Amino acid sequence: MQIRPILAALRRHRLATMLVALEIALACAVLCNACFLIANRVALLHVVSGVDETALATVQLTGYEDSHAVDLNARVLAGLRSIPGMQSVSVLNSIPFGARRGTAGITLDMAGQHFGGVVEFYVGGPGSMQALGLHVTSGRAPQVDDFRTFEGLMPTDASVQITRSLAEHLWPGTDPLGKDFWLDKWHYRVVGVIDHLVRPDPSNWQGDSKDWSIFVPALPGKYLAGSYLLRADPKDISRVLRDARTTIAKIAPDAVFDEEGSKTLSDLRTDSFRQDRAMVGMLVGVIIALLLVTALGIVGLVSFWVAQRRKQIGIRRAIGATRADILNYFQTENFLIVTFGIVLGMLLAFALNLLLMKHYELPRLPLYYLPIGALILWGLGQLAVLGPALRAAAVPPVVATRSV
Amino acid sequence: MFIYYLDLALRSLRRNKALTALMVLAIALGIGASMTTLTVLHVLSGDPLPGKSAQLYYPQVDPQDIKGMSPSKEPPDQVTLIDGLNLLHAVRADHQALMAGGSVPLQPEQSSLDPFYVDARYTTADFFVMFDAPFLYGRGWTEADGDAKARQVVIAKALNDKLFAGENSVGRTLRMAGTSFRIVGVLDSWQPNPHFYDLNTGSYAYSEQVFVPLQTMLDLHLSRSGSNDCWGNGGGGTDNILPSDECVWLQFWVQLDSPAKAVAYKEFLTHYSQDQKTLGRFQRAPNVRLRNVMQWLDYQMVVPDDVRLQNGLAFGFLLVCLVNTVGLMLAKFMRRAAELGVRRALGASRRALFAQLLIESGVVGLVGGCGGLLLAMFGLWLVRQRPSDYAALAHLDLSMLFITFVLAVCATLLAGLLPAWRACQIAPALQLKSN
Repeated sequence: MQIRPILAALRRHRLATMLVALEIALACAVLCNACFLIANRVALLHVVSGVDETALATVQLTGYEDSHAVDLNARVLAGLRSIPGMQSVSVLNSIPFGARRGTAGITLDMAGQHFGGVVEFYVGGPGSMQALGLHVTSGRAPQVDDFRTFEGLMPTDASVQITRSLAEHLWPGTDPLGKDFWLDKWHYRVVGVIDHLVRPDPSNWQGDSKDWSIFVPALPGKYLAGSYLLRADPKDISRVLRDARTTIAKIAPDAVFDEEGSKTLSDLRTDSFRQDRAMVGMLVGVIIALLLVTALGIVGLVSFWVAQRRKQIGIRRAIGATRADILNYFQTENFLIVTFGIVLGMLLAFALNLLLMKHYELPRLPLYYLPIGALILWGLGQLAVLGPALRAAAVPPVVATRSV
Repeated sequence: MFIYYLDLALRSLRRNKALTALMVLAIALGIGASMTTLTVLHVLSGDPLPGKSAQLYYPQVDPQDIKGMSPSKEPPDQVTLIDGLNLLHAVRADHQALMAGGSVPLQPEQSSLDPFYVDARYTTADFFVMFDAPFLYGRGWTEADGDAKARQVVIAKALNDKLFAGENSVGRTLRMAGTSFRIVGVLDSWQPNPHFYDLNTGSYAYSEQVFVPLQTMLDLHLSRSGSNDCWGNGGGGTDNILPSDECVWLQFWVQLDSPAKAVAYKEFLTHYSQDQKTLGRFQRAPNVRLRNVMQWLDYQMVVPDDVRLQNGLAFGFLLVCLVNTVGLMLAKFMRRAAELGVRRALGASRRALFAQLLIESGVVGLVGGCGGLLLAMFGLWLVRQRPSDYAALAHLDLSMLFITFVLAVCATLLAGLLPAWRACQIAPALQLKSN
């Protein structure tokens, strides 16, 4: 296939060529960035929580008198445990994908000079760690005497488990076991490392910190009440939660059952990411519309070119060009224009990415998006040109002999 | 002439239906997508209190210690209780109100209803007058009632409908958090969007069901919610324990009827900060702000990131559609080179040809605009099905309807400029000869 005559022909149609290339370039820039946005959202939807979501549910109670909290805990724990199919009931202040009650900034020294980051404290009663299904990868799980009573937000001195990513963040490359950290004057010592434990309340996640959680063992009491973690077989969990609701109405009429907060963890997770799913849907819609419009544009312009060149095509056919030659001509022409558009589009894609990075919390566009975008657009171009090119190939040589 | 050109345009568009349909489709898709997102943006960045918002100001002072909680130069977004009360009692503005958000358990008298939580606003007497909150029955409490920590409450229409079937409930009793309150007023439907006076509760489609005097809330330790920022040794104060003096957690709004008063009030804030520094309470040099409602919403960047992102994306899409239209129009106009050549040879000026072609693109724009309008209505319907708090607000209003057509026609005319100009460059002789 000779490229020179094609280039020569394109030079005579500079304006139209530029327009198609520009359209491809814009499509390339939007396509790459939209795909990148989708990938980011999808990664968020599939975040590893580290807990056995399908087997868990939570019951949130409010509105009771503080002085009744201890009594309420006892009643609720006993009452819920009697529900058939219930594997365990424990007290946990914050719930993954649910209520957030222990966000605080920690320091790595007692004087509070070396700031460690804003982390999440899960304050849990006996059994809550097993119920969550957390894996302790090094060190140890909490023991019976680690669980202590406390006043206020949480125990002021405790042996805790932290996630691996938090350990990596606080003490990169070193063994976190036995390390200390402080929350103002309160002191904590790391005795175990857990694989993953996602922070509650995804709307507040920022960057890499979504797995920065700490498990603090504590005994239920006045300050740890009203937030319960239920574990049952995944098949039973919805039914167990329904039963829990009716049980609560009987055993704790003094408390308000928080309908919004009391759900299975799977439901909480679904609710948390609704917005992101809607955004993914919208982005996919835009991409489809974009590709459609681009393809239709190419079809329209190439059809025009074919109509304009009918006579030339006829002459080429008359002096010996095969149908395949004509088809090839238009395909190669399209490939050249799209390639030109893609080169321009890659620059535009990066410019757009820089703009997005400046205004929204978005990482840099990975390089491998560009060849993927290029492949899609080459494919699209070839597909769009096929119809008009076939029509061009069907032009009979006899056209050359007619005057119009 | 215009009518004639219009007729020519319609004939020409009808001659090549596929190409015309492609152009109209491209314009309609682009306009539909961009008008959908633009309408959402327009609704979300709207004025919550039209006509009044320019007179409402949000004073900010900087009571932080030298180390401070935020490194930025902006004072905190809220005020401490001490500063709030000081500014309130100074009575330097036409109206002023100090407030915080929270929620209270409500125990209905009717045994058929379980106890439930309602969102509450704890505020001072001027709140209702200042924000033009409409009363259905009764009125707000007075300043004296507030100072006396009166157990009085104003309830929203929705709650009145739920508890009292919409009857005039003024004078009746409402049990909240174990205390009996007397209902003094019932508000008519009222929901400023965005919820400008306290953005911590969620910015859109949020409205409190009960309004309780702030002093009563302080007295009863009713539970509060919302943002709470502390510095130094300031303790957070959870749920129903009040935050310490080193915490900002209240919103303070003032009404200043003239720009001169606003200037004077800002001076007053500076003097106040200076006085507090002399007293030893403030450590920083006076650092005050006085923003009106729209400036405040702008500063708080209340429109969600996603919405702005979608808007940008939609306009990117419109741009692709327009480039596409330019290409198609070029094809269309160039195909008629012979016809245009004849017109030129018969004496039509370039300008006349140009006008004729632009009218043709204008017609495409108008038809595309109609299609875009339908698509935008469908798009907004889709937006309303979404789970966000602002979803229900997404409706097309008259101004957006107008903008849709203006945008569609302008965009298509713009797209038609280049092809029309190119088509006018045709040498008439050449076209006549080739035929």
